[in-house]
Amino acid sequence: MDFNTDHFSLFELPPGFRLDAALLDRRYLEMQSRVHPDRFASAGEAERRLSLQWATRVNEAYQTLKKPLARAKYLLHLAAHEIGSENNAAMPADFLVEQMEWREAVGEARAAGEHHQLEHLHHRLQREIRERYDELAVLLDDQHDLEQSADRIRRLMFIEKLLIEIDDAMVACEE
Amino acid sequence: MSYSVKVLDHYENPRNVGSFGKEEEGVATGMVGAPACGDVMKLQIKVGKGGVIEDAKFKTYGCGSAIASSSLVTEWVKGKTVEQALGIKNTQIAEELALPPVKIHCSILAEDAIKAAVADYKKKHADQVVG
Repeated sequence: MDFNTDHFSLFELPPGFRLDAALLDRRYLEMQSRVHPDRFASAGEAERRLSLQWATRVNEAYQTLKKPLARAKYLLHLAAHEIGSENNAAMPADFLVEQMEWREAVGEARAAGEHHQLEHLHHRLQREIRERYDELAVLLDDQHDLEQSADRIRRLMFIEKLLIEIDDAMVACEE
Repeated sequence: MSYSVKVLDHYENPRNVGSFGKEEEGVATGMVGAPACGDVMKLQIKVGKGGVIEDAKFKTYGCGSAIASSSLVTEWVKGKTVEQALGIKNTQIAEELALPPVKIHCSILAEDAIKAAVADYKKKHADQVVG
């Protein structure tokens, strides 16, 4: 095994946004069982340390490829393309206005304890997220448009955060 | 992580929260967002005669430091001309609020919001500047 290989090669998967999730899970479990530190409990110090490093490496690769946003960011990283997530002026005003409206709606529903409304927002947003990832798959895998992909990734960074906020609000309403 | 006393003060008693009416004279809006943390910030300035900022309002969805940074700049820009407002630097905001290094980006977001609001003002009043 080679430490310097990319995450896709590590699991012997073709690089791309569209991914066979079941195959990734299977390969991950296979590798994890091979490198798990428990298997090296009676081995020498150096071997144990190496197995721990490998287990960490395999876990990190799995977590990155499993989550679509992390996977998309990683593909841009492999292509040496900047996402521009540090640039506060990168987002179009209409997108930010829309994000503000979503957050206002979540804040109002949370303040009023309207669990049903939050559920509705959650489902609406999840549908939107699915559509956005479908679009990103086309941009990344079919059109190889890194510029547009970076723009969609930046938008999804806000939207994924919003989903967490909706879920937090639902938990707060249940308490 | 613990917030400084000044951050908590602005967070618990934010100054100038809200929006101006769309039709109000001299109002300009700066919308910025930080993809890295998903924060969204709106800063509005109400500019009077001689380009002096008479009032400011903000609305921020983000962490305590982002809210405190934007609350603070609404106080700081008042009474300044738009050009003077552009002189406000994120380092001053971070210093005033004693922001830890991991929260410096919140002060950068607030500085960018001022720039965006002033740019919007200049865009709306380009004809007056030229004429």
